[in-house]
Amino acid sequence: MIEFLLNEQPVELDDVAPTLSVLDWLRTKTGLTGTKEGCASGDCGACTVVVGQKENGKVHYKHLNACLMLVGSLHGKHLVTVEGLTAAANAKLEELHPVQRAMVECHGSQCGFCTPGFIMSMFSLYMNEPAFPGKDKVIHALGGNLCRCTGYKPIIEACERMYSYPRTTAPFMQAADKFFNCTLCSNPGLSDGDRVFYLPQSLRELVELKSSYSQAKLVAGGTDLSLEFTQQLKLAEEVISLVDVQELKTITEDEHGLKIGAMATYEQFMPALLKHYPEASELFNRLGSSQIRNAGTLGGSLANASPIGDPAPLLLALDAVVEVICERGSRVIPINEFFLGYRRTQLHEDEVISAVFIPARQADQKLACYKISKRMEDDISSVLLVLSFQLVENRMVNVKSGFGGMAATPVAAESMAQVMEGKDFSEHNIQQAAAALTADFKPMSDVRASQHYRLQVCQNLMQRFWLEQSSGIATRVSHAAL
Amino acid sequence: MRHFEIKLNPAAKNVVGQPVKHESAIAQVQGKAPYVDDAVLPQGALHAYPVLSPVAKGKLLSIDASALDAISGYVCMLTAADIVGKKDIGPVHPGDVLLAENEISYHAQPVAVVVAESYEQARIAARAVVVEVEETAAQVDVKTGLKNQDWVRPPYSFERGDIDTGFAAAPHRLQGELSVGGQEHFYLEGQIAMAMPAEEGGIFVKCSTQHPSEVQHLIAEVLGLPMNAVTIEMRRMGGAFGGKETQAAPWAILAAMACRKTGRAVKLRLARAEDFKLTGKRHPFFNRYEVGFDDQGRILAADIEVNGNCGYSPDLSDSIVDRAMFHSDNCYFYENVRVTGQRVKVDTVSHTAFRGFGGPQGMITAEAIMDDVARYLGKDPLDVRKANLYQPGRDLTPYHQKVEQFVVGPMIDQLCAEAEYHKRRQAIIEFNKTSPVVKKGLAVTPVKFGISFTAQHLNQAGALVHVYYDGSIHLNHGGTEMGQGLNTKVRQIVAQVFGVNIDRVGVSATRTDKVPNTSATAASSGADLNGMAALNAATTIKDRLIDFIAEEYAVAKDSIHFENDEVVYAGGSLGFAELAKKAYFARIGLSSTGFYSTPKIYFDRNEGKGRPFFYFSHGVALTEVEVDTLTGENCVTAVDVLHDVGKSLNPALDIGQIEGAFVQGMGWLTTEQLHWRDNGELMSVGPATYKIPAIGDTPKHFDVKLYDSENPEYSVFRSKAVGEPPFMLANSVWCALRDAVASISDYRYSPPMSPPALPETILNAVNATRVWLNEKAKADQAMETTDAE
Repeated sequence: MIEFLLNEQPVELDDVAPTLSVLDWLRTKTGLTGTKEGCASGDCGACTVVVGQKENGKVHYKHLNACLMLVGSLHGKHLVTVEGLTAAANAKLEELHPVQRAMVECHGSQCGFCTPGFIMSMFSLYMNEPAFPGKDKVIHALGGNLCRCTGYKPIIEACERMYSYPRTTAPFMQAADKFFNCTLCSNPGLSDGDRVFYLPQSLRELVELKSSYSQAKLVAGGTDLSLEFTQQLKLAEEVISLVDVQELKTITEDEHGLKIGAMATYEQFMPALLKHYPEASELFNRLGSSQIRNAGTLGGSLANASPIGDPAPLLLALDAVVEVICERGSRVIPINEFFLGYRRTQLHEDEVISAVFIPARQADQKLACYKISKRMEDDISSVLLVLSFQLVENRMVNVKSGFGGMAATPVAAESMAQVMEGKDFSEHNIQQAAAALTADFKPMSDVRASQHYRLQVCQNLMQRFWLEQSSGIATRVSHAAL
Repeated sequence: MRHFEIKLNPAAKNVVGQPVKHESAIAQVQGKAPYVDDAVLPQGALHAYPVLSPVAKGKLLSIDASALDAISGYVCMLTAADIVGKKDIGPVHPGDVLLAENEISYHAQPVAVVVAESYEQARIAARAVVVEVEETAAQVDVKTGLKNQDWVRPPYSFERGDIDTGFAAAPHRLQGELSVGGQEHFYLEGQIAMAMPAEEGGIFVKCSTQHPSEVQHLIAEVLGLPMNAVTIEMRRMGGAFGGKETQAAPWAILAAMACRKTGRAVKLRLARAEDFKLTGKRHPFFNRYEVGFDDQGRILAADIEVNGNCGYSPDLSDSIVDRAMFHSDNCYFYENVRVTGQRVKVDTVSHTAFRGFGGPQGMITAEAIMDDVARYLGKDPLDVRKANLYQPGRDLTPYHQKVEQFVVGPMIDQLCAEAEYHKRRQAIIEFNKTSPVVKKGLAVTPVKFGISFTAQHLNQAGALVHVYYDGSIHLNHGGTEMGQGLNTKVRQIVAQVFGVNIDRVGVSATRTDKVPNTSATAASSGADLNGMAALNAATTIKDRLIDFIAEEYAVAKDSIHFENDEVVYAGGSLGFAELAKKAYFARIGLSSTGFYSTPKIYFDRNEGKGRPFFYFSHGVALTEVEVDTLTGENCVTAVDVLHDVGKSLNPALDIGQIEGAFVQGMGWLTTEQLHWRDNGELMSVGPATYKIPAIGDTPKHFDVKLYDSENPEYSVFRSKAVGEPPFMLANSVWCALRDAVASISDYRYSPPMSPPALPETILNAVNATRVWLNEKAKADQAMETTDAE
């Protein structure tokens, strides 16, 4: 059984398929059809819901894609849908929640199908930002919501307008207080009779389960795995969710470096990482959408081993180490040995990633992170380039790199590194390095970019890097996402 | 036929012309505006899902359903053999098959439909069917199709003047070609229909469609029923953009077939990937042109060929390519001109209507010509555009319709003055000289878009208005609400006629049993046609009420006014509700239909002459962009728009249409790429791989103004259609991007940059420009050497 709060209503649930999404559950079992299905793949935001969770004694609300979230992971949480924002049954304009009222007054809904999703992303923004946080933050929060009618301008306006009304609390606050202060069942989980959803409550429980059910699907943020259920219609027998394993969410740092728990979400670990490596901000700010960054984890991304996952190239260039654990014990795997092939890793069947360790920034370390995609927001990279080296007496040493979209796995450019290692940091040597990339990569042509483009862009990005380091020349267009 | 001319009384509290909010907005923001998939399912409802061909081309050998009995919830499967009536559902010409029977014509073409207890079970069952096809090679290349003269419909051309004479007289001559990408509609609500058994063996269908009457007609034909046995209901769509004009029908028909077979309600909803694979797109085009021009850049002769990539069947391609031809002039007078349109058949899904309906693909060719001519002559493209604008004496389109309203020139001047074109142009030239990587671009492009269906009979509409004796008003019309605010505008019109508050007027779902024989809500015509029909219906009732009051109170009819929720007559007044009640007791008919058909239009297709359009809608956009010449990354930084909607019925909705259309057009020309493999399989099948603009792509500066004018024709309250025309304002984005890249050549080279201008396309244009510069340098050097000798 699992327990959670749906708007103002406590829910106990048991007999449910482990692969059922929150979206399908809402739409087919509860009669709450305000949450829409636009794509069922986490790319349009029409199904956005807000989920409240108690962390370190405080309740945080964030927006997520209901299509990627499995019902079992709702245990102990507060699920807020668009129906939960207004108390009145036949609300007049003035009785709507400020978010909703602003959307009406700014003419932000046309066909209305994306509207509930926008409302929930805006509601999340409203909950987390007490005053209008500026247009850039609005765009950052709403980048995962697609609208095909309005061109977004009235929606951006509504995000400012919603702060112009007296600030109100949502009608569910009392119910939420009560829910987060009661004791829930200690052994949560779901089963529809044949198939089981496990919710281990500790790391020990997790490794025991993974040892017993090595074929079970491990689900972290679910931002990629859920596609197997919604798109490929696969039926997993057992699903083990990591969402309640608190030990995997810790972020610690000391003089040696930063350790990020495998289950810390992007939004959670970004500040700690970007404090030391601010050059990586573009990479993480443009990774998926706000909804994805609120759910996705570093452990999930690595275990998934996609050739186009954005974090891996950075981890390669930073010499990160993957820490894994199983009942037999734990071990560490250097990131450059972690990937074996297309979607294959060193992980054994019973092993779980526990954390990723990123060494402390070295003295005089230069870092460049560039992401290229068709669209600036919420798009998979056609090319991702990360370059790191130490500049010692104008010589480039300890040259490391990581590339995404250039091969079947995230990979370093060895020839380029060799050309650079120990050389002077000069335009000529950077040009030589760029030229060496042709020996490193034979990228493929696909739906995102051609082979030729991928290679030329990588080489041109080396030129961008040189210009950024050596001149004040503008190298970037002025897009909100940059 | 009455064509109403109503002058608004500026002193009264008018409803028309006000920025009234969308009729469903309050429900939409609460998730309480139901779409088809939100309806409570009838007891015992089933789910249907299509079974797809694994290949694009070949002979269908067998459909093996033996695995289905083992699938829980499976109910039955239907194939073409189960169709009792017509198997072809071509909307105009035959060729669109409901279920493939012998030949497979495109990848993922439906060959059967399975029915199961749940949606998930139906999808699983559909994938478990083994479809055996003797595969032959697919042909998906438009140029090959063109070479082979493989048409879905015959070529067509019209001309004016004599191009040979024109070319002979022209001091300069240029040729060019342009591949124009297609576009997926990406309505947020995918295709869906739910069919239910009705009385007397009839059928009732809820369907997300722009064209309820056609769905009704086709279901009747396929099931072998009279039209009166089939009713379609459509309350609202979650977006359509042309993608639910003909493309909504197959799913409704399949649901209806399954409903008929099982006797139970059946819902069919396409998942997003199948929606991408199984429904037509905006036509990709491959266009060629040759122009002759003078030193000012004025076009003396134009020979333009527009080639639509139609997919496997005619669908609406005849009219779509026609509209591309009708708009290959845009706002420009070609002294001598020939326009040819060809409809190329390839082995993909059949392409279909999409906002602009071929117009954008024709119009962008005109813009490419203007830019090419300007670069060739070393002129500012704006000057070349202005030199070519239609003007008195130079006012005949290639299809011999006279242009009668010359507002584009003044609109350009106003926009350029307000948005400081010349100052910004100079600043950008200076910026680009000192910025080696980031280049800025600027472009002004106008739009002239013809309003009317080019198939004359479609220009008709009906409406139904009831006044109840409590004074509330019920409105129904034949148009469909897809987000554009049609219901809101028609409500405003009816409220205006009765002089009442808009809240008195309720709109109900579009239903084929309320208003019959309707046209699709398309061609931007929704408010023009249905608004007039509703105006007609309401005025009929109002006239009866006036007669009643005149008799009852013995006052002159012209002393009676409906204003501010009451009726005022010489010596007295009545609240509207009171009037309704009195009229009821006096046995006055308080219900009426209304009808409208557009006047003046005709087109002789054989002669290539006529007046296909009742009037033209206009707009002008000024766009500024930035381009990163190392990566092709780009950004639209500033957009100023001046658009002509005549006398706006609702400025808030009109501006919403303009902004939304602009961004949608920008997506078509920049990030949205459809990617077919050589074997005919579509690879961009969802928002992960097909990128429509996101919120950060909205131009930082985005200023839309309505041009102060009125429709010279008797349109409803002198308004103009707004749905499609502003889509083509986005041509300025493409021209500005090309302008930014052309700056590398000091604006002397017009780089190839076939839309969509993806980062990759732009980088290739940069590469091509650099190649041109190198060759020019070599040539210049050779010249110098020669000179030195």
